[in-house]
Amino acid sequence: MTSDVMIEMNSVHKWFGELHVLNDINLQIKKGEKIVICGPSGSGKSTLIRCINRLEEHQRGNIIVEGTELTNDNRSVEKIRGEVGMVFQQFNLFPHLTILDNCSLAPIWVRKMPKTEAREKAFEYLKRVQIDDQAHKYPAQLSGGQQQRAAIARALCMEPRIMLFDEPTSALDPEMIKEVLDVMVGLAEGGMTMLVVTHEMGFAKEVADKIIFMDEGQIVESKNPTDFFSNPESERTKTFLSQIL
Amino acid sequence: MSDVSKKIEPPVIEIGILGWIRKNLFSTWYNTVLSLLGLYFLYIIIPPLLSWIFFDATFSGSTREDCTSSGACWVFIKQNMKLIIYGLYPSDELWRINIAYFLLTVSIIYLLIPNLKYKGGVGIFLLVIFPIICVFLFSGGLGLENVETRLWGGLFLTLVIAGVGIVLSLPIGILLALGRRSKLPVVSLLSTIFIEIWRGVPLITVLFMASNMFPLFMPEGVNFDKLIRALIGVMFFSAAYLAEVVRGGLQAMPKGQYEASQAAGLTYWRMMALVILPQSLKMVIPAIIGSFIAVFKDTTLVLIIGLFDFLGIIQFVGTNPDWLGFSHEGYVFAAAIFWVFCFGMSRYSQRLEKKLDTGQ
Repeated sequence: MTSDVMIEMNSVHKWFGELHVLNDINLQIKKGEKIVICGPSGSGKSTLIRCINRLEEHQRGNIIVEGTELTNDNRSVEKIRGEVGMVFQQFNLFPHLTILDNCSLAPIWVRKMPKTEAREKAFEYLKRVQIDDQAHKYPAQLSGGQQQRAAIARALCMEPRIMLFDEPTSALDPEMIKEVLDVMVGLAEGGMTMLVVTHEMGFAKEVADKIIFMDEGQIVESKNPTDFFSNPESERTKTFLSQIL
Repeated sequence: MSDVSKKIEPPVIEIGILGWIRKNLFSTWYNTVLSLLGLYFLYIIIPPLLSWIFFDATFSGSTREDCTSSGACWVFIKQNMKLIIYGLYPSDELWRINIAYFLLTVSIIYLLIPNLKYKGGVGIFLLVIFPIICVFLFSGGLGLENVETRLWGGLFLTLVIAGVGIVLSLPIGILLALGRRSKLPVVSLLSTIFIEIWRGVPLITVLFMASNMFPLFMPEGVNFDKLIRALIGVMFFSAAYLAEVVRGGLQAMPKGQYEASQAAGLTYWRMMALVILPQSLKMVIPAIIGSFIAVFKDTTLVLIIGLFDFLGIIQFVGTNPDWLGFSHEGYVFAAAIFWVFCFGMSRYSQRLEKKLDTGQ
């Protein structure tokens, strides 16, 4: 049975010019799994998750998301983007729209949801990340942590089956990291399939089913948290862990 | 945060009007000299100007004989007002233009009053329905008598050319800007060529080509109206400039905005219409309005292809033997009216910027 496999990557390669940023990536992610990807900067971890919703194009191998293979066909890309939500390091909220409009934009225009329903849904998710009282403000009026939680709510409003997090706490002041991580833990407990690029090892220990360590475009190590921290095989993982822990 | 610290008033000399004058006009000895020179300059310019325009001017009367004072003879403008506003449009049909003036004024005032409902509807009326009404009103059809465009003139013609130029050139300019940034090589190349050709020639050349050269290339019997040719020329000319202005705004957009829209599943056109353009156009509002103001003033160039716009008709009535020698009044009046329109656009641009500011 492969029905509960949400994402499958088979020998995926990608180059930026001469630079081999993804080198033979093989990955299977099952429904409800939480994967944390870590590694030094430039190791290809962001590129890997950005390939899943086609913000980057892979050049060899294949990526199958929920049974749909990512190809140059726009329909496959649109279908997959509808299933996959993404949270960015820099939040990337739309600064000209209120938080509420940020959240209801895609449901209205992509899901063709009636306006009132989309706004209700947006409120529901804003409540879940505890910023429904900020709904009518503009992004610039919110703190970094609030903006990132709004960005998570915006992604959730599309009711995605998979959530991608690209270093969601790296641009935050230390005291705001926790409020965002708490939301992510809550989401994980709700059974969401999640891929998280992060250096927050505490978060990884707490929620990850699997931690993937990448270096120079390759997956070096892929283990459950206990083994990953107590029993890393490769030298590179050991060095990395000794630097960040 | 100690409550020991008392609130201390700033020194009187630093605040208020006195403070401002001291700080801005007399802060150093050379600023003092410049300020005094400036004041002297205003003193020798302003009073004579005011007496010429107002105090010594003649406002009542009907012929040049009534103008006996040393000031301006506004009778000249008053007596030729009909020509200046309507051109040679037939007297019996002037109501058609008046309706258009009325609708335009009412809609614009409505849009300028803050917090009214249905502004979107009025805006669409002004940009889409109103022009269609105008086409029939001005040129005839639907039972209205046909009025040839060679009779159009004055402020009416200026507003037609500027209005068409401004309203149509913005969407064309946006499309050209998107085209130039397109990933499709053919679209990008064609947009670039189009923009660079139109930007590379002076408007006078464009108008001259449209008026004199264009008919040579058309098969015999095919005849485009001269005004329409001029309108198309002005429209594309302005669109090419706007395209580059808009492109500047697009280039200033952070990549993350594109990525967030794509990740949310928005298609290219929705992403542009809902996320990218609202932000990038907002950034370049001052430059866009600057372009509009330039179009408005450039309409005066249509004189060289024999269309009598506002300025053209003022020059024309100045050559009337009954009114020879009053060109000063004509030009001052033209300058004042142009200034009112351009200043109005400029103020509107500032208002718009403030209104759309979301504190980024």
